[in-house]
Amino acid sequence: MTDSKTSDTETADLETFRNETRAWLEANCPPEMRKPATSDADVFWGGRNAKFSSEPQRVWFERMRDKGWTVPDWPKEYGGGGLSAAEHKVLRAEMGRIGARPPLSSFGIWMLGPALLKYGNDAQKKEHLPKIAAGEIRWCQGYSEPNAGSDLASLQTRAESDGDDFVITGSKIWTSYANYADWIFCLVRTDPAAKKHDGISFILFDMTSKGVSTKPILLISGYSPFCETFFDGVRVPKSHVVGTVNRGWDVAKYLLQHERAMISGMGERGVGRPLGQIAADSVGSDALGRLDDSMLRGQIASFDVDEAALAACAERAVDLAKAGQAHPAFSSAMKYYGTELNKRRYEILMSAGGVDALEWESERSKQGARPRAWLRTKANSIEGGTSEVMLGIVAKRILDLPGA
Amino acid sequence: MALVLTEEQSMLRDSARGLISDKAPVSHLRHLRDSKDPTGFSKELWQSFAEMGFAGLLVPEEFGGSGLGFMEAGVVMEEIGRTLMPSPFLATSVIAASALNRGGNAAQKSEYLPKIASGSLLATLAIDEGAKHRPLQTSLQAVRAGNGFKLSGAKALVVDGHVADLFIVAARTAGAAGEREGLTLFLVNPAAKGVAIERTIMVDAHNAARIDFANVEVTADSVLGEVDQGAALLDGVLDIGRGAVAAEMVGLSDEVFGRTVEYLKNRKQFGKLIGEFQALQHRAAQLYVDIEITRAATMKALQALDADVAKAASAVAVAKARAGTTATRAVQEGVQMHGGMGMTDQFDIGFFMKRARVCEELFGDANYHTEQLARARGY
Ligand SMILES: Cc1cc2nc3c(=O)[nH]c(=O)nc-3n(C[C@H](O)[C@H](O)[C@H](O)COP(=O)(O)OP(=O)(O)OC[C@H]3O[C@@H](n4cnc5c(N)ncnc54)[C@H](O)[C@@H]3O)c2cc1C
Ligand SMILES: Cc1cc2nc3c(=O)[nH]c(=O)nc-3n(C[C@H](O)[C@H](O)[C@H](O)COP(=O)(O)OP(=O)(O)OC[C@H]3O[C@@H](n4cnc5c(N)ncnc54)[C@H](O)[C@@H]3O)c2cc1C
Repeated sequence: MTDSKTSDTETADLETFRNETRAWLEANCPPEMRKPATSDADVFWGGRNAKFSSEPQRVWFERMRDKGWTVPDWPKEYGGGGLSAAEHKVLRAEMGRIGARPPLSSFGIWMLGPALLKYGNDAQKKEHLPKIAAGEIRWCQGYSEPNAGSDLASLQTRAESDGDDFVITGSKIWTSYANYADWIFCLVRTDPAAKKHDGISFILFDMTSKGVSTKPILLISGYSPFCETFFDGVRVPKSHVVGTVNRGWDVAKYLLQHERAMISGMGERGVGRPLGQIAADSVGSDALGRLDDSMLRGQIASFDVDEAALAACAERAVDLAKAGQAHPAFSSAMKYYGTELNKRRYEILMSAGGVDALEWESERSKQGARPRAWLRTKANSIEGGTSEVMLGIVAKRILDLPGA
Repeated sequence: MALVLTEEQSMLRDSARGLISDKAPVSHLRHLRDSKDPTGFSKELWQSFAEMGFAGLLVPEEFGGSGLGFMEAGVVMEEIGRTLMPSPFLATSVIAASALNRGGNAAQKSEYLPKIASGSLLATLAIDEGAKHRPLQTSLQAVRAGNGFKLSGAKALVVDGHVADLFIVAARTAGAAGEREGLTLFLVNPAAKGVAIERTIMVDAHNAARIDFANVEVTADSVLGEVDQGAALLDGVLDIGRGAVAAEMVGLSDEVFGRTVEYLKNRKQFGKLIGEFQALQHRAAQLYVDIEITRAATMKALQALDADVAKAASAVAVAKARAGTTATRAVQEGVQMHGGMGMTDQFDIGFFMKRARVCEELFGDANYHTEQLARARGY
């Protein structure tokens, strides 16, 4: 896509970049990394205790890290690739072309990094961003509390001033991977007297600090990807506050927009093969090659239509942002649609798999990989803000509906 | 006939509910799952079921049963659906008892039906072979050998397959997969030589098995109904099973719905009960409407089965298709409206989602039955 401001030389440069990138990826992306991860254990999350699940995973990560392409659009000084938005889009497209998976998955990349780039001070950026880019530190998100879910701003975890430190007491819930994370970015109440949005601070601390403990919660998929997280008088230097004390809500919301954009990408995240082919394995095809279940065929076809359209909208959202025309709340629209679509994908996969997709523990079913993945997707429309909250944001911020 | 429960049926519901909610709340299923119980249900409870006349609910009185109808079976299934109680009731008392009662000769009936009624014999239908329910695609071969037959092939999703004392196996004695002609039902002893049973642990923690038949010899006496003419018998038995599963799904949906509405009345966010938000109010109201429509369709199907099993197919297709979509919606809304809580194993709602998925697949999903209805109506 050429916009009016792009000069011919820029276009030519971009073509050169595309060719080089394509050649580099061809040479450097191991074949095993050219398909989606099949389980969480197959995803590389980085961190102090990180382990690679395979040699190709290590090779792919290290090569990408060395180019700064774990975070292609971050500045080079923080371990990023320094790519322009246009170049980043080319890289994404080229990775997509060969099905290359992200070399590093991380809350640091998706969430904290963008917030630090905007709100962090120099020291914070220098300290944390390179370690995120290099996968050295794994982060978790301490937002939700038992009584502060959708109404996040009512959070009660207290941070009391004591000299140069805050002393943090309270608990978080649904903290994904808290038991594996090295550091947490956390919302705490620093002014209990202020209105609920005005007394919150955004603070960073090490999960090995004295007084931090976690307790895993079992999910309906049978896995424990999240925890209850407890803070019992955790001492954190005030210099670890990002942005201004008591103005943490701004940072929190900005971060959520990035989280959202990442989660909405689920709608585009295929499972490696077209759904129609997966379904044909179990229900068969008729003499004309059509899926031998006309109802399911219709459902898959309309899913495919919506998936392709969403991909176009996601691409456009990036381009609009680059052109300065994006509505800041649009990520909520994308999050809503992308997660609902991903849930539909897995309903179809369950339907296509029939009896085979109901087995929970056998070798044959890879320990119930499909039903467990299906159940996990039910959280997509809850985590990072529920679908109802997303639609509320669209109604309020984009449509400006009265009372919303 | 009025689409309301009679006084007797209401009493039956109350006694079933009393027993089930007391002895088998969802925690019962959870315990069986977590302890990896080898039987997968409580034998003691099954004895209580028999003593209360439920095990032989559909068995004629002359064979020691209660001689009740499909509406009554549906009443019990709905209560089972409310607590997700794993029970041989569906496979043994509804499906196998109906197969024997409708297809059995005098000797077969008097041998098996009294034992079903007393709770001493568990039986099950082995039908599906592929990933999806396609009864006419049956290709397990039964070839004549001497005075009897030899069975070879494999079955999946055989409910209670690893604890059953008797299999009713759909096999092909003639014709090719896809044809109505040439299907025959056989009574097979699970202990027979050549039978290999693999219990499959399922997402819903209910019983199922895969069964292999390698040249399993059965005598001519083992044929249930007529050789090559089993399709009609099978249709009826499957429709009875579908009606029963639809009733289970109504119970399941209604229970999830009730629990969710309760949550809407208790959970607070933004200083309000979440049930005050109209976005949720309307969806709860829609779900209520959906469940009521499905409940009526299911009662209609059960009545149609009571009137004439052979003429109930369309009513059953409507009920099973509706039950599938309604239960799917109910469990999805249930999880979503509970937020993070709904995603935890500790909370019961996920058990309903898992069971609904298996019920949807059992004896044909909503797509299958919608297609059947379209075909029955000639388009
Ligand atoms: C798998 C998973 C991972 C997660 N990871 C993290 C994490 O790493 N860190 C973290 O901090 N949090 C995490 N969360 C928490 C998540 O952000 C919250 O669960 C979510 O914000 C909803 O809060 P809640 O669970 O308290 O539900 P509630 O807010 O109690 O919502 C219950 C229901 O009410 C609805 N509702 C609430 N308010 C309204 C309204 N005004 N209008 C209409 N409907 C409304 C909701 O949409 C929902 O359907 C995770 C959650 C899940 C499921
Ligand atoms: C995980 C998560 C992610 C989020 N991401 C973003 C984001 O990216 N951008 C952003 O701007 N905000 C975001 N938010 C904040 C979200 O917009 C607010 O939680 C929500 O809009 C409520 O706003 P508030 O907190 O200011 O509450 P308040 O404005 O104090 O409370 C009023 C809110 O309550 C709800 N409400 C009250 N009465 C009714 C009613 N009668 N019917 C329906 N709803 C009613 C409405 O949602 C209304 O916005 C996120 C919240 C969570 C939990």
